[in-house]
Amino acid sequence: MARGGPRNKMPERPPGERIKTFEEVALGYTEDLAIAEAERCLQCKKPFCVAGCPVEVKIPEFIALVKEGKFVEAARKIKETNVFPAICGRVCPQEAQCEGMCILGRKGEPVAIGRLERFVADYEREHGEVETVALPPPTGKKVAIVGSGPTGLACAGELAKKGHKVVVYEAFHKPGGVLVYGIPEFRLPKSIVQAEVDYVKSLGVEIRVDHVVGKTVTMKELLEEYDAVYAGTGAGLPRFMGIPGENLNGVYSANEFLTRVNLMKAYRFPEYDTPIKIGRKVAVIGAGNVAIDAARTAVRLGAEEVTIIYRRTERECPARKEEVEHAKEEGVKMLMLTSPVRFLGDDSNNLTGMELIQYKLGEPDESGRRRPVPLEGSEFMMRIDTVVVAIGQSPNPVIQKTTPGLAVYDWGGIKVDENGKTSVKGLWAGGDVATGAATVIKAMGAGRRAAADIHRYLMGEEEWPAHLHTDGSELSC
Amino acid sequence: MDNEIVEKRSLTPAVDLFVVSAPEIASHCEPGQFVILMAGEKGERVPLTIADFDRDEGTITLISQRVGKSTHYLGTLKAGDRLYSLAGPLGLPAHVHEKYGTVACVGGGVGTAPLYPQARALKAAGNHVIGIIGARTADLLILEEEIKGVSDEFYVTTDDGTKGEKGFVTTVLERILLEKQVDRVIAIGPVLMMKFVCRLTEEFGVKTIVSLNPIMVDGTGMCGACRVTVGGETKFACVDGPDFDGHQVDFEELMERQRFFREEEELAFEKYKQECRRNADG
Ligand SMILES: Cc1cc2nc3c(=O)[nH]c(=O)nc-3n(C[C@H](O)[C@H](O)[C@H](O)COP(=O)(O)OP(=O)(O)OC[C@H]3O[C@@H](n4cnc5c(N)ncnc54)[C@H](O)[C@@H]3O)c2cc1C
Ligand SMILES: Cc1cc2nc3c(=O)[nH]c(=O)nc-3n(C[C@H](O)[C@H](O)[C@H](O)COP(=O)(O)OP(=O)(O)OC[C@H]3O[C@@H](n4cnc5c(N)ncnc54)[C@H](O)[C@@H]3O)c2cc1C
Ligand code: SF4
Ligand code: SF4
Ligand code: FES
Repeated sequence: MARGGPRNKMPERPPGERIKTFEEVALGYTEDLAIAEAERCLQCKKPFCVAGCPVEVKIPEFIALVKEGKFVEAARKIKETNVFPAICGRVCPQEAQCEGMCILGRKGEPVAIGRLERFVADYEREHGEVETVALPPPTGKKVAIVGSGPTGLACAGELAKKGHKVVVYEAFHKPGGVLVYGIPEFRLPKSIVQAEVDYVKSLGVEIRVDHVVGKTVTMKELLEEYDAVYAGTGAGLPRFMGIPGENLNGVYSANEFLTRVNLMKAYRFPEYDTPIKIGRKVAVIGAGNVAIDAARTAVRLGAEEVTIIYRRTERECPARKEEVEHAKEEGVKMLMLTSPVRFLGDDSNNLTGMELIQYKLGEPDESGRRRPVPLEGSEFMMRIDTVVVAIGQSPNPVIQKTTPGLAVYDWGGIKVDENGKTSVKGLWAGGDVATGAATVIKAMGAGRRAAADIHRYLMGEEEWPAHLHTDGSELSC
Repeated sequence: MDNEIVEKRSLTPAVDLFVVSAPEIASHCEPGQFVILMAGEKGERVPLTIADFDRDEGTITLISQRVGKSTHYLGTLKAGDRLYSLAGPLGLPAHVHEKYGTVACVGGGVGTAPLYPQARALKAAGNHVIGIIGARTADLLILEEEIKGVSDEFYVTTDDGTKGEKGFVTTVLERILLEKQVDRVIAIGPVLMMKFVCRLTEEFGVKTIVSLNPIMVDGTGMCGACRVTVGGETKFACVDGPDFDGHQVDFEELMERQRFFREEEELAFEKYKQECRRNADG
């Protein structure tokens, strides 16, 4: 295929088949398709795509290697700035990042950068070609990482490659953060996450699961025992709506729903012991990635009717476009400009229905998005068996609550400077806990930036700045 | 080795005691806190209160009543076995290092287990401790000697009169409240028992702390499965509790929420029993 032209579709499991299974939906390019797609790239001298990528993956360079059939080399090229291409190729919101900026997108369809990234990373892994890094001699310095999500793992990997001893503390019994407890198997197979975790371990990183920092071991102890500490504890605190009836049986937070299914494998109950209960009619409140994942999970658990309910319109919907399309193909309904005002239950505290109100879009708010305004008198009732509330998560609070002197925002995020330094000497933070719920690639990038800064500090190339000791008012994220 | 069961005993036919090697948990825990464990890789995350701990030995003691699949399976583990996963100490410590005066410590069934470290700490803090423990029948009473050992006054009740006084813990508690000044009550046991204790102590205006046991998943504030209504507000029992002012708790909601997965729990237990039978036959 020539330059330009329509982009190559990625083979997918058909909707009728995939709604019965948690197997991955997107099947990935074949070698021929990957080469054909790579040939579409114009190899721009000033590649806009790179500017759209939070970690500036060398996109034209790696695509040129794909074109030549040098898939392993292409994967290595990506890994110069992005350590988890198999994951990012699958879950990055490419339309808002690299592909959103691709020059081809102005007139036609952008190059499928994410699909190519995924292809070469899978190729490298499946052909057993993952690079073994020669580690430098130990520096004698020790770093503790709190949280094993993408930010923690990226930071750990980088520091280990510099010869530092790294120990990761993870609250759950399995490492991976949102990649294992949040994002479902059908979008990101857990074997891929496991491969990345194994890679980080192969660099000598020790992962201590079942360690809730602030409880099992305190931040004070970590700061005493280690030369530096990085907090990548994520944004896992579920928000509820604060409306009547929210504690009825049948109302889940998205975190509970997804954790039961993904981390605890409730979709294989009773082979696995953790149950999940799903009604015939399911509503998911919210329209981000989390909401779409919850809705598609509900479909696979056997719900007859699944509806996404959102206060704005599909245009404002923050989820990856590809996944919204997938959800629709799988029969998920979209009820826009609507939100519940209360949940109704029977005498046994079981959810039976909800009252909703309609909205219209008013003037733009601070974020530039048009603000939804409730339409008085538009209330209506809906029968419902299960509700999943997916209206966002706040930063996990344990570290903030148990670390004296740590400057935080009123919304709970940890204040950091551009390299991740917090107001506490020797403590860095990054990823969702510092930015609020964001993306895998941003979290990963923050982990790498902090690692570089921690390394400079450990090697005595940089002093801890005096002004950061105070109240953190100079810090911003 | 961490997570290794170093001792296992049966306290009653349905209640198991485990001493587990967990040095980091033992060195950080306080009375009132709990752990979440998984007996096996495919297991549920099961919350259990830390019934005792030994910082020098690096061990914690867990007391588990066999009710469904997970606790029955846990009951099959022996000394030398390892728990697949064990995390803690979770939840907030109980306020038991203060001197309140006279404190009645009321334990029902397996709730006597989490009561013990609290009663012991209250005694050590100089309180006059009145221990009241109850169970359906004599065979189900646990930790009698232990509670007695830290109590200035000690009472036992059984529903059927097979030991101690016939009746409920509330029968004894009411008599005491009528007779003397009690400054605080700690009540841990079945939700229904805690509810009745609270109803009683409310009449006497005695502050009562209860320990709530809603369904949990992560135990670190990340899922909200453990939501309880306290004083009209939603709280996450795993991080805001598990101890709360009993007069503020919506016990009805708690009981209904505990029942949410009943069908699935029964299914899992039936399947487990069949497997056990098959293994026994084959
Ligand atoms: C359902 C869902 C779908 C998503 N889909 C996408 C997507 O398609 N594309 C995308 O780019 N992004 C997506 N995101 C967002 C993305 O997953 C996050 O931005 C990213 O995972 C943040 O990484 P992190 O490392 O900062 O935190 P996390 O991944 O949240 O990891 C934090 C880790 O820290 C642990 N932890 C917390 N507190 C403690 C403590 N006190 N002690 C020890 N450990 C602790 C947690 O258990 C967790 O493992 C999604 C998020 C969710 C929930
Ligand atoms: C903070 C806390 C401390 C606890 N301490 C003790 C203790 O010291 N000793 C003890 O014997 N029990 C304790 N429990 C209760 C114990 O966790 C449950 O009995 C156990 O999880 C039941 O599991 P199962 O599979 O055997 O029974 P199932 O058949 O699954 O359930 C039986 C009942 O147990 C409750 N339950 C089920 N799953 C959970 C769960 N994940 N979390 C909480 N409750 C659940 C439900 O109300 C259910 O109806 C505590 C619970 C909490 C929340
Ligand atoms: S990391 Fe994400 S944004 Fe960057 S090039 Fe890859 S898919 Fe695009
Ligand atoms: S902007 Fe598009 S066409 Fe240009 S180099 Fe990047 S991917 Fe290729
Ligand atoms: S058990 Fe998940 S928030 Fe309490």
